[in-house]
Amino acid sequence: MTLPYPNPWAAAAMIAAIVLLSTTGEVLTAAAMKSFGDLDDIRAHSGLKGAIRAVLTCPLFFAGVSFLALAFFSLLFALNHLNLSLVAPASASLTLVTNAIAGKIFLKENVDRRRWSAAVLVCIGVYFLAH
Amino acid sequence: MPHPRLSPRQYMILLLVAICAPLGDSCLSRGMTTLPAISLAHPATLIAAVFTPWIALGIALLIGFFASYLTALSWADLTYVLPATAFGNVIVALLSRFWLQEPISIQRWTGIALITLGVSFVAQGPSLTERPVDKLLVASGLAIEGPLDQVPEPAVSGAIREEAQPR
Repeated sequence: MTLPYPNPWAAAAMIAAIVLLSTTGEVLTAAAMKSFGDLDDIRAHSGLKGAIRAVLTCPLFFAGVSFLALAFFSLLFALNHLNLSLVAPASASLTLVTNAIAGKIFLKENVDRRRWSAAVLVCIGVYFLAH
Repeated sequence: MPHPRLSPRQYMILLLVAICAPLGDSCLSRGMTTLPAISLAHPATLIAAVFTPWIALGIALLIGFFASYLTALSWADLTYVLPATAFGNVIVALLSRFWLQEPISIQRWTGIALITLGVSFVAQGPSLTERPVDKLLVASGLAIEGPLDQVPEPAVSGAIREEAQPR
């Protein structure tokens, strides 16, 4: 089923809400997962319970999941008004760019020329997707 | 710069992330578009939507996605995991076109192709940022560089190795 094309500003606001909330959630979650190391190693040493305990006892993880939950409900709301073929690629791609910036600033990841080039290609791709 | 390659198991986890997310999104879309329009004045209707079959299936797939995603984040950079799994965009486009019957113009296909090209650049690079402490560990023999699936027996204490044995 194809939904009628909505006000472009409303569509942009819905996608922006998803992007900002999910970027915050993903950066917090990534910081949490990096704080206790490789989950496969933890599972090998302490079993599945140990791995689950390591994740569930990390406050950063819950902060990240809270933001991801808000992003999820924003996605549900947007899907009620916009087509999936616009919402899913646009929000996923823009989140990629904002995550590259946030990863470099907050997680100190090595976002090199290759990763920035990818971000530019993704931006052009999103332009085509939105028009 | 030498960097750790991912093991086949780790590639499988990235594949699960890429597949579960678009399938889950498609189920959510299918469920949400069959519901009457939801306004911000009645947010409780969003909660009720969670218990409809398509939305519930979408949530189950997204839980599988999240478990795989968390595992991937524990051994790779966020800025590697997200692009490496962006092939899901192509899956979403195919599902939208052939399952949900949504029209996709040539421009949108071009956009999806550019996104896929961009993310393929990233996937060819290192999966994890090399930090000074990692170099120190390598120099002191406490960690090694190279493929993760070819790591020799680590020099850990017997107590830890015994704990890893199945009881």
